[in-house]
Amino acid sequence: MNRRNFLRNTGFVAAGSLFVPAFMKPLEAMALDELSLYKNLVVVQLSGGNDGLNTVIPFGNDIYYQKRKSIAIKPEEVIKLNHMQGLNPNMAALQEIYDQGWMTIINDVGYPNPDRSHFRSMDIWQTGSDSNQFLSTGWIGRYLDSNCQTCKFPYTAIEVDDSLSLAMKGQTKKGIALKDPAALFRNTNDPFFKAMLQNDKEHLDEDNLGYLYKTMIETSSSASYIQNTSKIYQSKSTYPTSGFANQLKTVSKFISSGLKTRVYYVSLSGFDTHVNQIGQQGNLLKQYSEGMAAFLKDLKSNNKLEDTLVITFSEFGRRVEQNASNGTDHGTANNMFVFGGKLKKQGIFNAAPNLSDLDTGDLKYQLDFRQVYGTILDKWLDVNNADILNKKFNTLDFI
Amino acid sequence: MSAKDNFLKVKHLYNRAGFGVSYADLQKLSKKNLDKVVDNLLKDSLKNDPINLVNDYESKRQLLVQAGLYSKKDLTDEEKKMRQQIVREQNEVSRDLNIAFITKMINTDAPLREKMTLFWHGHFACRSNNPFFAQQLNNIQRTNALGSFKTLLVEVSKSPAMLQYLNNQQNRKGKPNENFARELMELFTLGRGNYTEQDIKESARSFTGWMYDKDGSFIFRQNLHDTGTKTFFGKIGNFEGENIIDIILEKPETSQFIARKVYKFFVNDNPNEAHVKELATHFYNSKYDIGSMMKKMFTSDWFYSPENVGTKIKSPTEFLVGLSREFYVTYNKPQVLIQLQSSLGQYLFNPPNVAGWPGGQSWIDSSSLMLRMRIPSLVLNDGEIDFSGKADPEDEAVIALSRTATTNANANMKPKSYVNANADWPKFLDTLPKGLTPLELTEFLLQPKLNAKITTMVSDNKGLRSTAVEITSMPEYQLC
Repeated sequence: MNRRNFLRNTGFVAAGSLFVPAFMKPLEAMALDELSLYKNLVVVQLSGGNDGLNTVIPFGNDIYYQKRKSIAIKPEEVIKLNHMQGLNPNMAALQEIYDQGWMTIINDVGYPNPDRSHFRSMDIWQTGSDSNQFLSTGWIGRYLDSNCQTCKFPYTAIEVDDSLSLAMKGQTKKGIALKDPAALFRNTNDPFFKAMLQNDKEHLDEDNLGYLYKTMIETSSSASYIQNTSKIYQSKSTYPTSGFANQLKTVSKFISSGLKTRVYYVSLSGFDTHVNQIGQQGNLLKQYSEGMAAFLKDLKSNNKLEDTLVITFSEFGRRVEQNASNGTDHGTANNMFVFGGKLKKQGIFNAAPNLSDLDTGDLKYQLDFRQVYGTILDKWLDVNNADILNKKFNTLDFI
Repeated sequence: MSAKDNFLKVKHLYNRAGFGVSYADLQKLSKKNLDKVVDNLLKDSLKNDPINLVNDYESKRQLLVQAGLYSKKDLTDEEKKMRQQIVREQNEVSRDLNIAFITKMINTDAPLREKMTLFWHGHFACRSNNPFFAQQLNNIQRTNALGSFKTLLVEVSKSPAMLQYLNNQQNRKGKPNENFARELMELFTLGRGNYTEQDIKESARSFTGWMYDKDGSFIFRQNLHDTGTKTFFGKIGNFEGENIIDIILEKPETSQFIARKVYKFFVNDNPNEAHVKELATHFYNSKYDIGSMMKKMFTSDWFYSPENVGTKIKSPTEFLVGLSREFYVTYNKPQVLIQLQSSLGQYLFNPPNVAGWPGGQSWIDSSSLMLRMRIPSLVLNDGEIDFSGKADPEDEAVIALSRTATTNANANMKPKSYVNANADWPKFLDTLPKGLTPLELTEFLLQPKLNAKITTMVSDNKGLRSTAVEITSMPEYQLC
């Protein structure tokens, strides 16, 4: 890579001009592309393979109760959404969100020839690949790579976590992972770090050392920008005390302070419920729902809900029939959730899973997950989905 | 071969096969022929010193109590307390076990065995809430680290930790649980693309009844075992679990899969296919003798070629252990080693999933790199700098409110402490030859070739101690 290009692309040179918090600029003075930056995408990953059938319960279908003798949620406990499906009782916090029209449930999302390995299926979801295709870049990473008008900076995509997921890694650009913006800012402002950066003129090759230097430079400029933009913001909302809610609180702080970030990524793990599922999944769904409800209400009170789209996915659903250990084994298609203040189709998007037409005990998918990604890329992030997903996917009308 | 040349080769060998080498030892060793040095390294690692931290008797007692409580429907408050108490104790001992493993790597005089144990720790990645199980698996990996891969594989497959982690405890006749069979082939032996879904289904049946009993020992439960005929890789027979493992090892793909992973761990993230093949063939022909494969690798010319020296990103463990070993660091609150592992992305005994840590450039993201560059000054300068500052004021109220809660949130939000470590500077300086210049020290501490910038930075430095802190804080120190 040409060194000059490298410096220009990272935004390092221009870092000084970014220190002015966005809210201090008069709206008219902002270029159009800056305005469109206010559209945010938040991706919530449920790791381990969440059991979709015990999340959105097909209580209207007897087969569900036949296949899940000891772990089915009783009809009287289900939070009913229509005559067929309802939410797990641990998701009570989302009922209000659903009733407000801020939630869409997409049933049976999957892909052809599904893989039941956690890490492989997570790979497929994070990279947006076919099931027999191996990609080393993530779908959000390739969005960053596309170098569109609105995705030039390393802080275009932020993962609120200790490390960066494959989804956020592109060929030439990566998102940035951070849990605490202030701590990162302090670290990058150490005089020694600055000296290492300023003196450096010869390490921008594409080997491992070059990679280290490139990461340092991008981190330094991003940390300044994020800290200086978000430090003035004080949240007035109360969040539940969980690690997950804490992640969402950080995202809300970034969104509400006007950070020019377009994609946020958070995750919640522990969904691999092979054994004694009820309690474990119940706790996680409660954490998830209470965190999400607080987050969405917080965004609403800051007038950011209309500019924010939140999606939730898991690497696979689980088999329709429970196993002998009061749990469920790895399955295939699963539901996805979409949240936002500007949903075109609210509530349940498509037909409930057909439990009488299974593929060796597993749900058949109705929609390819890349149709969901494609819809978001086309209609929300303003790029052509074929450029990111390597082929064109038909879009859906949930937004 | 020039003396300087041998000096650099031995240094490279000890960085990759172990966790670094002191200047004094390096001087001694590099007077010898390289093959001799490799032999020595293997000989030093004959010694097998297992971790014996977890109290065997107490763990078995806890297992029995847990099994008793598990089978009861309604627990009294007393019983609930008892259960919680066991979980608390297990968590505490698990932390001690983590510290025991990393401390062992820091202090070991069998560096190759520990390095190899670390490799298997990532290869046979496993999580267990039960520290007794976790210690057992760790010792299996250590004892067989350089021995027969088959023995290692069989013992790992029979360990309660793995049986539990991959749900073989639930794998029974008529209701197979395929988790173990799948990972056995996908991640432990053959690698993706070298087996079919049918092979998984059939072999899962062979492992039915592989379980552990109430006091945590392997047991083969005949009555839960599927004795029917299985078709595996085209062979038809009444295969037992051991037969399945034998058939898997007969396939050269297994030796290739392991050799490639070893190559990526010890030599280069981007495997040279010819070298991998050489290694795999040797491994296969030696009937999966791990030590023999390692010797083959360390005595190959390509192991020392420039593209393989100073070009690998250290794993967080290699980084922390190497630093601590080099400067004889003692941690007054060893707990901090766990915080560091976790922040750097390699919390030992807690791999992200059964695939282990992906390694390479994935170790480095914005925040982990910054922390890595910060750690030497924290550890070597006696914790003069606060680990990660005060908690965000905004969070203080929440911290206070949630003090009694036991969620993850607490761990994330509580104010971090100082590193509180001591480097033994006199001991370190004593290993250095008299009159060593800061530039020479830099050449010793860094694996990549020096460039003009570093040369300039260290030439105006005051002394060896501050040079060492500065050098270990550089991006170049992240490579080995």
